[in-house]
Amino acid sequence: MPKVIEDVTCPFCGTLCDDISITVSDDNKKIIQVRNACAIGAEKFNHTKEPGRITRPRIRQPDGTYRTGTYDEAIEFAAQMLVKSRKTLMYGWANTSCQAMSIGHEIAEKVGGIVDNCATVCHGSSLIAIQDVGIPSCTLGEVKNRADRVVFWGCNPAHAHPRHMSRYSIFPRGFFTTKGHKGRIIYCVDCRKTDTSNMADRFIQVEQGHDYELLNAFRTAARGEPLPDFIGGVPKEKVYEVVEELKTGRFGVIFFGMGLTHTLGRNHNIDIAISFTRDMNEFTKFNIIAMRGHWNVTGSGQVLSWQYGFPYAVDLSRRNKARYQTGETTSVDLLMRNEVEATFYIATDPGAHFPIDAMISSSKKPSVTVDPHISPTTELADVHIPVAMVGVETGGCAYRMDNVPIETRKVVDAPEGMLTDEELLTRILHRVDELLGETRAQWPTGAKGAHEAGKVAGGAK
Amino acid sequence: MTNKITLNMITCRSIKQGVGIEAGKTSQKYFDACSIIEMHPDDIRALGIIPNTNVKVTTPVGSVIVKAVVPRQAHYPGLGHIPMGPWANRIVSAYTYSTGEPCFKGFPADVEPAPDARILSAVDVVKDACGLLKKG
Repeated sequence: MPKVIEDVTCPFCGTLCDDISITVSDDNKKIIQVRNACAIGAEKFNHTKEPGRITRPRIRQPDGTYRTGTYDEAIEFAAQMLVKSRKTLMYGWANTSCQAMSIGHEIAEKVGGIVDNCATVCHGSSLIAIQDVGIPSCTLGEVKNRADRVVFWGCNPAHAHPRHMSRYSIFPRGFFTTKGHKGRIIYCVDCRKTDTSNMADRFIQVEQGHDYELLNAFRTAARGEPLPDFIGGVPKEKVYEVVEELKTGRFGVIFFGMGLTHTLGRNHNIDIAISFTRDMNEFTKFNIIAMRGHWNVTGSGQVLSWQYGFPYAVDLSRRNKARYQTGETTSVDLLMRNEVEATFYIATDPGAHFPIDAMISSSKKPSVTVDPHISPTTELADVHIPVAMVGVETGGCAYRMDNVPIETRKVVDAPEGMLTDEELLTRILHRVDELLGETRAQWPTGAKGAHEAGKVAGGAK
Repeated sequence: MTNKITLNMITCRSIKQGVGIEAGKTSQKYFDACSIIEMHPDDIRALGIIPNTNVKVTTPVGSVIVKAVVPRQAHYPGLGHIPMGPWANRIVSAYTYSTGEPCFKGFPADVEPAPDARILSAVDVVKDACGLLKKG
């Protein structure tokens, strides 16, 4: 008889909804029904049913086609590539568990890789700003229970975090927000009218790329100083009106997205948004939260931070110390400077989401991609290793966008014989250990490091 | 006469793109959601085409063929939006201003009609740029 699994965590976006109800077949192999999830979450769970799923590694042949290989072959290729390459870009991690990341980082430490996550093309700017000025923040639970002034700046949760508004920010009734939506005033600042702005009480249309100026004007208005007539296309009267209204709230929160991090100014946009939040705390309680995209990109930042002190773009190629310098150790810059010798992509798709010039550089290097599905990245890789889907076919720890850890759950069995990320990375780690042991045994006394002596791993291209 | 206009480009998420990602990068859903450029009806008219006609979008980085559509979310004239994905990234500059973050939003792009050009699939559009697409 089919059974219902309650309180499943959805592994799609940073909202990490943990109230999904899933009906699975009695043999635990098929998902029959998904309840409570948004359109994207439901599609993710239902995708496991799709026929034609790749269940064994694919290895590129000299003519460019793929043949089906074994996990042993793929692990051997990956380990050899990692050991021979002096600098491997190990990018991704946003769609896997914290446990798997930890094992991956151990490999990176041993082979001298560079670990970077999807924040590098997403909220990396936010992390730079947080390092510069700190962040007055809170959890989404506090938003639900307390917030009566909610600002969405440069983000569109109606499309990117579909249940964010119903679970935390607009509609829910909480302990001090018993009137739900009626008790809140919702603001949306964007360069175009979106589905989120349609739900907002006040829409402020800023000229594209003028967010810094407008935030600066908000700070100025909060202090009661004079403003020019128009700021980023917004009349000054509107700025004064909105800021005064924000001041009258008991608990305010700003959610910001890639409308700030991707436009000109980048980290400075976030910097001033945080500074505005700090200013508003002179008048009332105010917080700011980044709308993190991938479900565990926050987790990758957490794991890297507690292990090395930096949230992304961590260069471990010097072995005894971790380096971090945006613009230098960030993935796109590394690829554009042709600085890495091999690429190891896991749980992400840079083929679809990196600027093409970076991928042209990447396509010329030996490459291993670990991903449950076919994507532009897997089609450029020398070896594609499919794995079980974390959060659906295996569990693991993830961090929500407000840095709250939530355990994801296994709901169905993975296709027979498929490895999980943790199992795969553990096996690669063991093989790397063996290879490094062999290399060290061959060194004469006082020899140079294996990577100085080693050659670049040879791919099929 | 071929009309050509310059738009201020942004690349953003959309719910259809999200569903497409989860349906699979090779799925029709993903193709339909991401191989488009959302333009204001006035801009489509200025190109001398009707909605749902293929156009060529060009920046100094490269060019890509996508379908010009009228967005469901409101746009103003002069703004163009290609949902995040391999098509958008064919024209996005990799310059990061030392932040690691490429310029995904706020760059000019030329748009011209290309009614007879074919839109490449998600995998092919990347392979094509990397010189790995087999012709014929």
